[in-house]
Amino acid sequence: MAGIPLLSLAIWIPILGGLLVLAVGGNDRNVPLARVTSLFAAALGFAVTLPLWFQFDAGTSALQFVEIRDWIPRYSVRYHLGVDGISMPFVLLNSFVTLIVVIAGWQVIRERVAQYMAAFLIMSGIINGIFSAMDAVLFYVFFEASLIPLYLIIGIWGGPNRVYAAIKFFLYTLAGSLLMLVALLYLFYASNGSFEILDWHRLPLDLRTQQLLFLAFLVAFAVKVPMWPVHTWLPDAHVEAPTGGSVVLAAIALKLGAYGFLRFSLPIAPDASMSFQWLMVTLSLIAVVYIGFVALVQEDMKKLVAYSSIAHMGFVTLGFFLFNRLGVEGAIVQMISHGFVSGAMFLCIGVLYDRMHSRRIADYGGVVNVMPKFAAFFLLFAMANSGLPATSGFVGEFMVALAAVKTNFWIGFVAATTLILGAAYSLWMYKRVVFGPVANEHVAALEDIGAREFWMLAVLAFFVLLLGVYPAPLLDVMHASVDELLRHVAAGKLH
Amino acid sequence: MEFERPDFSLAAAEIFVAVMTLVVMVAGTFLRRISRELGYALAQLTVIGAAFITVFSVDDPTVRYTFGTMYVSDWLGQVLKLFIYLSVFASLLYGRLYLIERRLEKAEYYVLMLLSMLGAMILVSANNLLVLYLGLEMMTLALYALVAFDRDNGLRSEAAIKYFVLGAISSGLLLYGMSMIYGATGSLDLGVVGQAVSLGAGDELVFKFGLAFLVAGIAFKFGVVPFHMWVADVYHGAPTPVTLLISSAPKLAAFALALRLLVGGFFGLAETWQPMLMLLAVASIVLGNLAAIAQSNIKRMLAYSGISHMGFVLLGLLAGVTDGGHQQVFNAYSSALFYAVSYALMSLASFGMVLLLARTGFEAEHIDDFKGLNRRSPWFAAMMMLVMFSMAGIPFFLGFFAKFAVLEAVVSAGHTWLAVLAVIMSVIGAYYYLRVVKVMYFDEPTDRTALIASSETRVLLSANALTLAVAGLMPQGLMAVCGYAILTSF
Repeated sequence: MAGIPLLSLAIWIPILGGLLVLAVGGNDRNVPLARVTSLFAAALGFAVTLPLWFQFDAGTSALQFVEIRDWIPRYSVRYHLGVDGISMPFVLLNSFVTLIVVIAGWQVIRERVAQYMAAFLIMSGIINGIFSAMDAVLFYVFFEASLIPLYLIIGIWGGPNRVYAAIKFFLYTLAGSLLMLVALLYLFYASNGSFEILDWHRLPLDLRTQQLLFLAFLVAFAVKVPMWPVHTWLPDAHVEAPTGGSVVLAAIALKLGAYGFLRFSLPIAPDASMSFQWLMVTLSLIAVVYIGFVALVQEDMKKLVAYSSIAHMGFVTLGFFLFNRLGVEGAIVQMISHGFVSGAMFLCIGVLYDRMHSRRIADYGGVVNVMPKFAAFFLLFAMANSGLPATSGFVGEFMVALAAVKTNFWIGFVAATTLILGAAYSLWMYKRVVFGPVANEHVAALEDIGAREFWMLAVLAFFVLLLGVYPAPLLDVMHASVDELLRHVAAGKLH
Repeated sequence: MEFERPDFSLAAAEIFVAVMTLVVMVAGTFLRRISRELGYALAQLTVIGAAFITVFSVDDPTVRYTFGTMYVSDWLGQVLKLFIYLSVFASLLYGRLYLIERRLEKAEYYVLMLLSMLGAMILVSANNLLVLYLGLEMMTLALYALVAFDRDNGLRSEAAIKYFVLGAISSGLLLYGMSMIYGATGSLDLGVVGQAVSLGAGDELVFKFGLAFLVAGIAFKFGVVPFHMWVADVYHGAPTPVTLLISSAPKLAAFALALRLLVGGFFGLAETWQPMLMLLAVASIVLGNLAAIAQSNIKRMLAYSGISHMGFVLLGLLAGVTDGGHQQVFNAYSSALFYAVSYALMSLASFGMVLLLARTGFEAEHIDDFKGLNRRSPWFAAMMMLVMFSMAGIPFFLGFFAKFAVLEAVVSAGHTWLAVLAVIMSVIGAYYYLRVVKVMYFDEPTDRTALIASSETRVLLSANALTLAVAGLMPQGLMAVCGYAILTSF
């Protein structure tokens, strides 16, 4: 299959598919055809990413599936795509989640179906672009462009307070990323006219410059992750977004910031990363502990899962800034796992919301009596969310906690409280919603999940368990790239 | 004294437009009954014909002078002229229905349109202070009359008076500055002035004094802070097709004015005018973006957004003054040109949308008039969204690359803090563009009337908006044209 531009296909099939869906079903005509077209586009988009996994050479940290074309020669900007062991799994995860989202919105979305599906497809292509761009301008262009579809998704199909949430989401992330643009332009200038990310990795920079660059990147990525204290847009966005929007937001969009740390902050400013370790670790621990407590007291299920996402992402940034292989790999596993688990949690909440039109925990109780199949799935995902062994949630958290203890016992100790807090908020919520006597006549009238929902959740459950008991293939893929990254960071740039 | 016959072929486009303007005027007087259709057809033909002449006369890249050295023919002028034709063409086409519905379509309207275009053309090709002034006055006088064209409407008349008084003051300032330069150098020719300035032949104090007046005059024409007082009221008060024209063609002409005067004439004193531009640019970007947030009238909002965009153009111009190499200077001016041209394209499309929504007795001037446009016309809602995101500088649209190019020049020139300030203000600016997208997509329509527009307008407006996306995916072409224009002209 050499010579087939797989990454370009992974980017442009969903985008062109999305435009096709708009052409077919704009103005709310031909709704069934629009659905089928989008399913087809999403499936095809996922199918072209599969060879990335099977043909990936895990023995090297070099970029694979590389495509290089001139784009804007005036500024030596190139259409340069490529993936390594760190970014490749995310391309797959993203394309997979898009497929799930299209299926999840199949019957639930009744208004402006074509626009809904098209927005998700276009976003999927753009996000694949972010993960595979190796030219800084290309990366930035995709990074910013991804705001547009999500803004529309939240604003059009969201809940009652959607306008506020959509604008807040957009402005927060835009504010972060524009400073990054200045940093990119500075690096272009400092490197004598190159926008190649890999050239910048080798560019010698003094500590002060590195620190300024690090802070500029930090603003961009911290907002996107999101890290405490710039996380406040996330609960709003999650609560107001439609189910599909929440799933993509949690499963994919949050990973962009973390990915940015690995691609930009650590390798371009290694010495600054070291010197700001205290800051990053502190912020991460605050996210883990404080946000964990905040999650505990939420009355809205979506808000609870949103806060739990922030806490989990705190674990990811913690893992990165321990600067050892266990920590970084654990963090990446945690990102992938969180993609499945949080996506599944939001889908479960979506299943309930579609039937009851409420996300308040207090409106539920005794769901297990009327929806036994659903309750079983929900239990599995809630367990995974709290990091139960044999689920994917455990692997990453355990690796990061272990790495933290190696670095400093007290960091490890504080980080490990997430296992308690996670169990507390996930399972307590589960107990209040699912167990107990049937709370009211609305709950009594609930119907269990149908075949479409069953298979959607079953596939996710499969991956959650697979990753939990046998994470080795995923780890094998990333070893070489992570080692290379850590060697580079340890060497530093100050000599 | 021997009379040397000037090479008229270099000014063929101007001569053609001047002749055609007279034809339209005569036809309008004598063929009363069919004057309106004829006027429209002739005006469009004139624009297209001028574009042909310009396109076919630019194959020679060297700079050529005619009428002594009063008039210059170079790539910079030709590129700007082509975009000026485009704005006039779009203004005529998008605005036709608007004028007919308001009984404003008269032959005189087309005469004034063509005259202002002719003025702009002369301005961008002038190489002499007097010719520069001549072009400027010709353009603005015609525009004053166009703003007041709907003479029974109080708002329009007020805007016209305001425009006229402030415009006259600014012309006076410019003229005063020019007179000082003439006094110091004894010449009106920009080449001679440029040499005198760089050699320091003349009283430096007079130069600087004159320069300050010139910069003030230029700033008035750009409509940048603190010379922006007229902008919002004129944009708001003028009939929308005229607003569309004012927001594009005169800005391009002002860009030529700035480049020819400051870079062509006063590069020797660049250290003096750079801080002035910096002040103007920062103030415009800050105030334009902040004031735009408070507007509920979309024409006023676009006026303030235009102020901030002009601030970006000035950023590009001032970034050319560096201790860096030739490449950086070249990058800076071509980024400013690229920004000005991109802004003109975006501005045409945005006012085109305002015109599209207007109909008899209804102006569609409020942002709320765009409510629920996605329900009424998903296609044009998407087009407007594209324009708004482009103006906000979100990629993949042209506006992003315009900002990108200017910021790159600013950072290369070592003014990183200016770039940081500019991007922070861009975030604030994004809010009001997002608000337009919000009312179109997130709100329910209060008005469900179908859009009325001729098919030409629909096609051209769609093409105009889609250009922003296509040029955003492939910005190289337009960038190269702008770069070549700067490279060959200076």
